[in-house]
Amino acid sequence: MSGVHVSTTVNGDAVEFVCPGGESLLDVLRNRLGLTGAKEGCGTGDCGACSVTLDGQLVCSCLVLGAEVEGREVNTVEGMAEGNRLHPLQRQFLDNAALQCGICTPGFLVAAKALLDENPNPTETEIRYALAGNLCRCTGYDKIVRAVDAAAKDLRREAKRKARQKSK
Amino acid sequence: MTQVNYKAPTTTKEASRLMAKAKGSAFLLAGGTDLLVRMKSGLIDPDLIVDIKRIPATQSIKKNDGKYVIGAGVPCVALGKNKGLVKAWPGVVEAANLIGSDQIQGRCTMVGNLCNASPAADSVPALVAARAKAVIVGPKGRRTIPVEKVVTGPGTTSLKKGEVIESIKLPERGARSADAYLRFIPRTEMDIAVCSAGVNLTLGAKGIIKQARVALGAVAPTVILVPAAARALVGKQLDDAVLAKVAAACEIACAPIDDKRGTVEFRTEVAGVLARRAATIAYQRAGGKL
Ligand SMILES: Cc1cc2nc3c(=O)[nH]c(=O)nc-3n(C[C@H](O)[C@H](O)[C@H](O)COP(=O)(O)OP(=O)(O)OC[C@H]3O[C@@H](n4cnc5c(N)ncnc54)[C@H](O)[C@@H]3O)c2cc1C
Ligand code: FES
Ligand code: FES
Repeated sequence: MSGVHVSTTVNGDAVEFVCPGGESLLDVLRNRLGLTGAKEGCGTGDCGACSVTLDGQLVCSCLVLGAEVEGREVNTVEGMAEGNRLHPLQRQFLDNAALQCGICTPGFLVAAKALLDENPNPTETEIRYALAGNLCRCTGYDKIVRAVDAAAKDLRREAKRKARQKSK
Repeated sequence: MTQVNYKAPTTTKEASRLMAKAKGSAFLLAGGTDLLVRMKSGLIDPDLIVDIKRIPATQSIKKNDGKYVIGAGVPCVALGKNKGLVKAWPGVVEAANLIGSDQIQGRCTMVGNLCNASPAADSVPALVAARAKAVIVGPKGRRTIPVEKVVTGPGTTSLKKGEVIESIKLPERGARSADAYLRFIPRTEMDIAVCSAGVNLTLGAKGIIKQARVALGAVAPTVILVPAAARALVGKQLDDAVLAKVAAACEIACAPIDDKRGTVEFRTEVAGVLARRAATIAYQRAGGKL
């Protein structure tokens, strides 16, 4: 196969792959790297189920070519938990029953993390706008919004605790 | 699907050379939010994709002699984060930031929006109103043309084989100047404009309008400039009578289509309303009192 050879970083690990020039990052992640967290809902940028970050920027991996990520940093839902410790967003999605079939969940988690990384204290409206690129056909969104709000509180509490420990 | 040859040159000249000598179907890639959708839906089947994002000149927002130069690969999200740009060109930035979701914002560019040549492209009316220019690198060297000269019809541009837009240039911004952009969509976001309006104003003493540009989107095969609406504004302070003339001039300029998004009558009337409201916002932003 006359493909493109790509060296990149995925969830902090150096990885290499060869892919056809027209293959999407989503297909690379799922079919070449075995990272099946990102889902294909539409393949055209409308549903957000394929959300990942590229150099820290939230993107639809279905609209990025695998070949484009040479030397970049990709983060997926698989990189959110630390070992067995779930990320506060993941915990709050479970506690708030913010998922039913779950196909949209990895995308929502990645998009919500991108929001909270930039804005630790979003209003409900800000949460809804930030997640407008993610579709869910099951939950009706309310529980997702509540889970993100609760996780934001957890993260703020955690940050305060860490700051206090540091000053001691 | 044929095998796609992917290239990521590091100069605009090299990108132009690759495109110029390409046999078969070749496409430039900026953010890919139109191109990859068209590939996925089978509308195009490229033999060559030339990614412009490794070209340093396409990656920066620069200010030279008061003029902003925005690289063709700069994602729209970066425009909203540039405080100076937001202050000088709030209308251009709000138009670019309306495109898609946060995911799309992280990739989509104004140059891609322009070259995709949709009559409903959100950033284009604002760019046309702003007197923006496209800096083009081609086999015969560089040329700079007004943005409104790029698109020739739905899906078609005036760019010749091998020509690559390197950046968008915005003119120097004087005092008491501001712009605004509004679109109508049936929901609050993630939709295509039914119609839209961009207005750019410079005021003089006592809030009298010195310069004006009014552009409309999605009411004709390309974004249109409405000189009659600008004439209704120049030399006046903004009031209801002036705004009524602006709306009337816009309605006359409209030549929209009927489709599921809106009828001819609806688009025509709403275009006038949006132009009036955008003019009001731009006027207030420029320091004018109503
Ligand atoms: C979910 C979704 C929502 C969207 N919402 C909106 C919206 O609200 N409003 C709107 O206007 N659009 C919208 N779009 C369309 C699209 O996102 C925009 O048109 C975007 O600005 C395209 O920019 P890009 O950089 O991704 O273009 P690309 O896909 O990279 O390119 C678009 C076209 O321009 C050509 N091109 C790219 N770079 C150059 C260059 N340097 N010189 C010459 N030609 C070039 C390409 O070959 C291609 O033909 C949406 C798309 C999606 C998928
Ligand atoms: S699969 Fe990428 S947005 Fe739906
Ligand atoms: S839980 Fe089923 S789509 Fe969201």
